[in-house]
Amino acid sequence: MSGLLREVELMYQPKKEYPPFKVGDTVKVHYKIVEGEKERIQPFEGVVIRIRGSGINKTFTVRKESYGVGIERIFPFASPNIEKIEVVKYGKVRRARLYFLRKYKGKEASGKVREIKPWEKKK
Amino acid sequence: MAIGLTGKKLGMTRVFLKDGTALPVTVIEVPPHVVVAIRTPEREGYSALQLGTFSAKEKHLTKPQIGHLQKAGVKLLRVLKEFQVDTIEGYKIGQEISVADVFTPGELVDVIGISKGRGFTGTMKRWDFGGFPASHGHRYHRAVGSIGNRSDPGRIWKGKRMAGHYGAQKVRVQSLFVVDVIPEKNLLLVKGSVPGPTGGLVIIEKSSVSYRKSQRLKLNRLKHITENLVKGAQA
Repeated sequence: MSGLLREVELMYQPKKEYPPFKVGDTVKVHYKIVEGEKERIQPFEGVVIRIRGSGINKTFTVRKESYGVGIERIFPFASPNIEKIEVVKYGKVRRARLYFLRKYKGKEASGKVREIKPWEKKK
Repeated sequence: MAIGLTGKKLGMTRVFLKDGTALPVTVIEVPPHVVVAIRTPEREGYSALQLGTFSAKEKHLTKPQIGHLQKAGVKLLRVLKEFQVDTIEGYKIGQEISVADVFTPGELVDVIGISKGRGFTGTMKRWDFGGFPASHGHRYHRAVGSIGNRSDPGRIWKGKRMAGHYGAQKVRVQSLFVVDVIPEKNLLLVKGSVPGPTGGLVIIEKSSVSYRKSQRLKLNRLKHITENLVKGAQA
């Protein structure tokens, strides 16, 4: 990618600061949705299973289970609709893409990601 | 008729609107243009401007090219292109024209480029033919099927779509929306894709179909983009 293109991306990238999170972490994404005239914040909490792309094209995928049905949502980092992101849990995984979680349900899936407590986290 | 400009395709990226919509854009670098020659109705029988851009080194140009540019008294330029205009009034040789003088955000343009060369390709890629099943005992996959009848007409129709050279042709994409113009960096952002590889030369002109009602409606539909564009902190 040419340097100029990179500059253009910076010019249109909203400046946002999120806590650093990795694949395997559980995050809560506060996403703005518009219902008719009204705007409200809808949190989406789940495990980050993928982080891809760079610059303004960078996105992450969050997977959660709702009433026994797996739901995955892709969020662009640069989306103006993300109000904030909270890291709920830190997880330790040995893979960059956690697609294998799709095969498991409920407790089985959550057991695949080893939780690390904040005080265990390496600085 | 209005002038067009020559640019270089830098590649594609996306920008966001305030409601969160991601918009695919192509970034085109359009360096300042210089009027190198003027064609007048008295002398040539039509009015046009020869615009040059992309500065060059002496070793990249031929002697006749250098002579032509020196006669006009302008710096060395790599790309020269003539654009017909309604009137040559207000233009003089050596005058500089930047992107912002010609294009404004929120208008429709045509982009002309040389499409990516694909070499000798089969009918499936070149003409979107269906081909044949990949499995279930088939031993005939991507080739053409029948290309005609038998003794009547006893020949293949002219223009029958077959395998052959594909791409590396002049392609005009009509009515692309100008999302933004950045005069400080000589950049133009248009919505959607433009023909040719990254780094390829493209010509940007005012839309040739903008008089149509459908295009007016399109413009109305896209109008909100320029107002709702999300700009970053580092502008």
